Amino acid sequence: MNNTKNNQQMLEGSRAIALTIKNIGPAVISAYPITPQTHIVEDLAKFKADGEANYEYVRAESEFAAASIVLGASATGVRAYSATSSQGLLLMAEVIYNIAGMRLPIVMTCANRSISAPINIWNDQQDVMTIRDAGWILLFSENHQEAVNQHVMAFKLAEQLKLPVMVNVDGFIMTHTYEPVIIPSVEQIKKYLPDYRPEAGQYLDSASPATLGALATPAHYMEIRQELHEDLTASLKTIEREFKNFTGQGLIEYSGHKNPETILIAMGSVIGTIKETVGKSDKIGILKIKCFRPFPAEQILKIIKSAKNIAVIDKSISLGHIGTLASEIKAIAQGKIKANISSFIVGLGGRDITREMIKKIIKLANKKSDKAQFIGK
Amino acid sequence: MIQIRIHGRGGQGVVTAAELIAIAAFKSGKQAQAFPSFGVERTGAPVEAYARIDNNPIILREQIYQPNVLIIQDASLLDNFDMSKGADKKTIAIINTAKDKSNLNINLPKANVYTIDATKIAMEIIGKNIVNTVILGAFARITDLVSLDALKQAIAEKFAGHDELIAKNIKAVEQAYKNN
Repeated sequence: MNNTKNNQQMLEGSRAIALTIKNIGPAVISAYPITPQTHIVEDLAKFKADGEANYEYVRAESEFAAASIVLGASATGVRAYSATSSQGLLLMAEVIYNIAGMRLPIVMTCANRSISAPINIWNDQQDVMTIRDAGWILLFSENHQEAVNQHVMAFKLAEQLKLPVMVNVDGFIMTHTYEPVIIPSVEQIKKYLPDYRPEAGQYLDSASPATLGALATPAHYMEIRQELHEDLTASLKTIEREFKNFTGQGLIEYSGHKNPETILIAMGSVIGTIKETVGKSDKIGILKIKCFRPFPAEQILKIIKSAKNIAVIDKSISLGHIGTLASEIKAIAQGKIKANISSFIVGLGGRDITREMIKKIIKLANKKSDKAQFIGK
Repeated sequence: MIQIRIHGRGGQGVVTAAELIAIAAFKSGKQAQAFPSFGVERTGAPVEAYARIDNNPIILREQIYQPNVLIIQDASLLDNFDMSKGADKKTIAIINTAKDKSNLNINLPKANVYTIDATKIAMEIIGKNIVNTVILGAFARITDLVSLDALKQAIAEKFAGHDELIAKNIKAVEQAYKNN
């Protein structure tokens, strides 16, 4: 047997993403190369330096600048990409909101990592939650292959919907792990993802003058924000269709028992460990959320409606309340389902998430609690 | 599923060793995974890295708490840490040392402990005390989890563009393979 026959390669997560971006071929890439960053932009810079890529690679003086550079590049009507993480994303926050507000189809990778203080560069998903409400499509991937596929889809979605897309990958757990993955070739990507041709008026062009990100007074601001919200919400159908077209799967994924008593819900790489923990005979289901914004409420409700207990496993918390995803599940369940919904917090700041912890969560899932339960051991 | 835990010190190429095992296992037709322990990496500080090998795709992400194989790149770690933590009766350890195995402080049956003077081979062939690839030669011979050929291919892939380094490392790996 030879694994290379099906084009699988053994790659580090960051490299898999970098090779995919190279094959997609954005016109402009900008990033700030300091911790917390990843090998993604290091590899992309090297491809350019070695003459293997045609994009403009702009090394910025800060994350704020990197985000502003891709904003500017996208505003001229070309494909633009950046990658960031943790404090870097926080520094970009102002620009992140602007990118969505200006309807620029930028794609960004967020290698999810914790937020200071205390200083900690390890994995959790608190960083992305700081821009949860910015108007971006937020995708989450469990493994290298999902990450690679989501990046290809991200450009198609962004350009079709005129909305920015962020692909989230667990920092270290995915970015620094070697596992087999298939990288789609330039030709394969070209068949799926057409060249980017923005419409007149969508970008800065003296032949067709337009203003992006202008002042909107109280007479108009609210309608413009409402439109962004409605477009983002409506984009769910397109996202679901592209997931089906490109990966043959949906934007959520259920596995486990047919009539589960308890359903565990999570996002990202922890799903693998959860699947390994749950036995086939256990009356337990596992629900993976791949699209967090827009939030696939109906799809989720359909799956969880008959369960008795729902345990939501978060790597982020709205401090002073409960886990971020748990809060969303409680909101959509309101008046629709009667299950006991509990919030479990795991893996903050890189704490290893073990099968023992998942077993503990399964045991606690049928006990009523409205508080965030921290499972650190 | 085979779980391999590698112990060494920062600067000894512990993470690279795990990656080489995963690449070589993959080239041998298996599914594999490798990742570091994501510690604060300082030269000389204890470092761990992990590799898993299986016939099916590997989805488990937790660190390795029940190793089937331990690779210990620096025997001085045995004096201060319990390297065999989580090991069972079948767990084997491959240790870089010039000492006899009866003088090593490791809580495993003696028959499960293999020693190799990787430092000596590294100094002679590579000219530097970099033992991570050398010890993998012994690993391939003792465990049969990866073939020598796949290991050589993995080294060539990992160090692509550095021909002299590849040649020296392959020579050292062959030597270690022969000695065990």
